[in-house]
Amino acid sequence: MDTLLAQYTQSPYASEGLTSEEQNDYTETLPPLSLKFALPPVSRPSAFLRAATDDYSNPNCPIKIAHGTTTLAFRFKGGIIVATDSRATAGNWIASQTVKKVIEINPMLLGTMAGGAADCQYWLAYLGIQCRLHELRHKRRISVAAASKILANLVYSYKGMGLSMGTMITGVTPEEGPALYYIDSDGTRLSGNLFCVGSGQTFAYGVLDALYKYDLEDDEALELGKRSILAATHRDAYSGGYINLYHVKEDGWVKHGFMDTNPIFWQTKLEKGEFSNVTSELI
Amino acid sequence: MRGATILKTSDDKTRQLNKHTLLAFSGEAGDTIQFAEFIQANIALYTMRNETDLGPSAVASFIRGELARSLRSRKPYNVNLLLGGMDPITKQPSLYWLDYLASSAKLPYAAHGYAQYYCLSILDKHHHPDISFEQGMKILRMCTDELQRRLPIDFKGMTVKVIKKDGIVDMEYDTSKQVLAA
Repeated sequence: MDTLLAQYTQSPYASEGLTSEEQNDYTETLPPLSLKFALPPVSRPSAFLRAATDDYSNPNCPIKIAHGTTTLAFRFKGGIIVATDSRATAGNWIASQTVKKVIEINPMLLGTMAGGAADCQYWLAYLGIQCRLHELRHKRRISVAAASKILANLVYSYKGMGLSMGTMITGVTPEEGPALYYIDSDGTRLSGNLFCVGSGQTFAYGVLDALYKYDLEDDEALELGKRSILAATHRDAYSGGYINLYHVKEDGWVKHGFMDTNPIFWQTKLEKGEFSNVTSELI
Repeated sequence: MRGATILKTSDDKTRQLNKHTLLAFSGEAGDTIQFAEFIQANIALYTMRNETDLGPSAVASFIRGELARSLRSRKPYNVNLLLGGMDPITKQPSLYWLDYLASSAKLPYAAHGYAQYYCLSILDKHHHPDISFEQGMKILRMCTDELQRRLPIDFKGMTVKVIKKDGIVDMEYDTSKQVLAA
């Protein structure tokens, strides 16, 4: 019976080009929830957390988690562009204008940060550890599919316990080419050409969708990523600060600056004549 | 829309106020048309009494005044409006954005509701004060394409009207082609 069953049952990792040994690794050793977190000494910790932190249902909640972001990543023929803003807000308060929302998991992989800042930083660092362990164990780089699935399974195991993250994992590997995955704390894991995440996502999508095509040149793609974040920082009160721009290629990622939005905005307005609604006229 | 049912697919959510001003509206069912037709009738009355058309800025001021009055009444109108018009004297086009809280803003481009989130960034980038009519229609297509691509709503067609010097023109506007995200 078991052999019959095995014949018709597929491992969840079978479609991702992993050896059966690797599949065992992922299905049997993950997620290792040996990390001991102290829980609040109440009967329902997750409900307690929600009551204390959910700004939406209770504006007077005692703990305001840093939220509000615009992040984007898209695939194109020259690799992947990753761009983010740098503002962290806690309620109406701008907590920081210089947040690094692109997380360098290792010299090949990048992650982006939206949602709870602490959750993203902690779990993407954890993902970095798992990716390094994979390299040591298997003597080769982890695929982006596998790396993203480590994170997806991890956050799924904590589902309903108050994690808040919307992240994109990107990298270029010889077997996959440029790869881009979206993962959020609901447990969603999607691969795709183009994602924008955060409160400013719609504004970034607006600019990006209108001009996106796979056959972009490197400089065009970088400019489009930058312009899309600028659009979001202009319209979304919870996005702003600096534009953090990365280009991911087969031999690793390249950083293209951490640029102040204000001079870029005025340069775009005055040189290209965009943002025509911003005037000094009194009406 | 009534609950989850579409009642009509070709509902015109605009009213012409005079020869060269058009009012587009959204908001609470019932309130929208009642308010728009109330404004339409009053503007018509003004035109008949004075044998002259009110310019767009005067119309906007009148509507804003009525919205402000309504806001503090027992049952305020819940209507958001866009007013477009050509000034009959200066021949300059103008656009006013008005909401149910009686804000009024003269803008180069505007939207209400979810469309703001998707379209304003496109308009920020592609709008210039001196674009041609054809370029304007191209930008409009970029906006409607984005709404079709990203909003989880099927609009079942859109109404496009153009306010020109010599009146208001209905445009053929085809949205039957499916637009998919990249």
